[in-house]
Amino acid sequence: MKRRLLLLLSMLWLTGESLTFAQSSSLQIPKKIEAGTAFSVPTSGSGKATLYIIGPTQVLRRDFQLGETVSFESGDLHNAGHYMVVLTGPSTETTQMDVVPKPDPYTMSFLAKPSRIPVNLSQGISGVAYVFDTFQNLILKPTPVAFKMSDAAGGTESRTEPTHDGVAWVKMNSAPKAGPAQFNATAGSITEKRVVQQVPADPCNLRMTARPAGQDIELQTDPVRDCTGNPVPDGTIVSFTENYQGKISTVDVPLKRGVAKTDLPAHAGASISVATGVVLGNEIRWGGGR
Amino acid sequence: MNLTSKATRARKLLLLMSSFLLAIPTLGSEEPTVRVEPTDSVGPRALEKQTEDAVVRGYLQAWQTMRQALAENRTDSLDKGFVGVAKQRLADTVQDQQKLGIRTRYQDHSHHLTLLFYSPEGLSVQLADNVDFDVQLVDHGEVKATERVHTRYIAVMTPTEVRWQVRFFQAEPQ
Repeated sequence: MKRRLLLLLSMLWLTGESLTFAQSSSLQIPKKIEAGTAFSVPTSGSGKATLYIIGPTQVLRRDFQLGETVSFESGDLHNAGHYMVVLTGPSTETTQMDVVPKPDPYTMSFLAKPSRIPVNLSQGISGVAYVFDTFQNLILKPTPVAFKMSDAAGGTESRTEPTHDGVAWVKMNSAPKAGPAQFNATAGSITEKRVVQQVPADPCNLRMTARPAGQDIELQTDPVRDCTGNPVPDGTIVSFTENYQGKISTVDVPLKRGVAKTDLPAHAGASISVATGVVLGNEIRWGGGR
Repeated sequence: MNLTSKATRARKLLLLMSSFLLAIPTLGSEEPTVRVEPTDSVGPRALEKQTEDAVVRGYLQAWQTMRQALAENRTDSLDKGFVGVAKQRLADTVQDQQKLGIRTRYQDHSHHLTLLFYSPEGLSVQLADNVDFDVQLVDHGEVKATERVHTRYIAVMTPTEVRWQVRFFQAEPQ
């Protein structure tokens, strides 16, 4: 029984010793380097050895003679992250090191949404920017990103936001004037540009007029515009509805050159209304005056 | 030889084998513990519980596929967990491992996840993971070292047709 216990304890001791040895590292490797930077690892002793740098996104191995300096050229270790370093030879040593992103922005992933938006919408446009270094590492230290929206009429809206864990975002208003707006994000010396098409909003103050045309009534809207005066695009459907003695007739007409027009049968006492989308216009009572 | 002495020998053998097993460092395949910080605010867009669960599920699946890819030097499993830069980097690592004749075994023990950012248009979620894991280096079939690592990963997840996948994956300096 005693012998078994002794055997078990000695095995456990051996395991503990190997772990302790592995953890007490004298490996002279920098604890932290900038991505892509050249560095070297001096070694001592004699005999063949191998140095491994191990991470999920990059692995390196160098075979060398102890006593030499192991050199890593510029660009060899370029993916930012946390690495295990292992030196094997007559004995094994392990340690850990970090590779940090280069501080200067080199590329940016900039997403501006939506690509089309009605005018005059508060906080309707969002911009999200992820900032990367030259090796496509996410720059995690706060980096200012300047967002600028310039509309077709010359109006601008600018905001600068620092990145948090590599990402910065803003929400911008759409301009009162329809047309393309340029949405830029700038970090360091790099600028990404996106175009946001600002389109007229829902029609505002929809109004029609009527005049007799033989047996019919000729109906025509005023030029249809949104609330900030932008012409609503041609093709937008306008519905004219006639209600005569409980019988309802509806005609859908697309806008042409900013106006919609149609003919409906002239019935004395009929009521005629106009609408587009959820916007209601005026109502006319035919034969009994407006 | 009677049955009693056979049983005694068998017990001795079992004891000896279990002692050796204790002495050889191996990485098990136990499921990691997972803790998710309560999500109060993740920036410009509210994160629904279902989305949060799907993001966490996608992230943990990505770890599984990464473990498998790096342990078996296969890139095909990466499709289930990674897209874009993250997938390309892991695939490059697998190729480098193949060239060097090494494999790496990652055993994640615990994940402490914090959802940091949900983009306004709903196309990316950023999370931080304080993770504990073991890394084992195997060179031409021989275990060279095993190291316990604690670090903080930043991951950017994007939705694909069926799940959230890791588009970006990077450890922060300690």
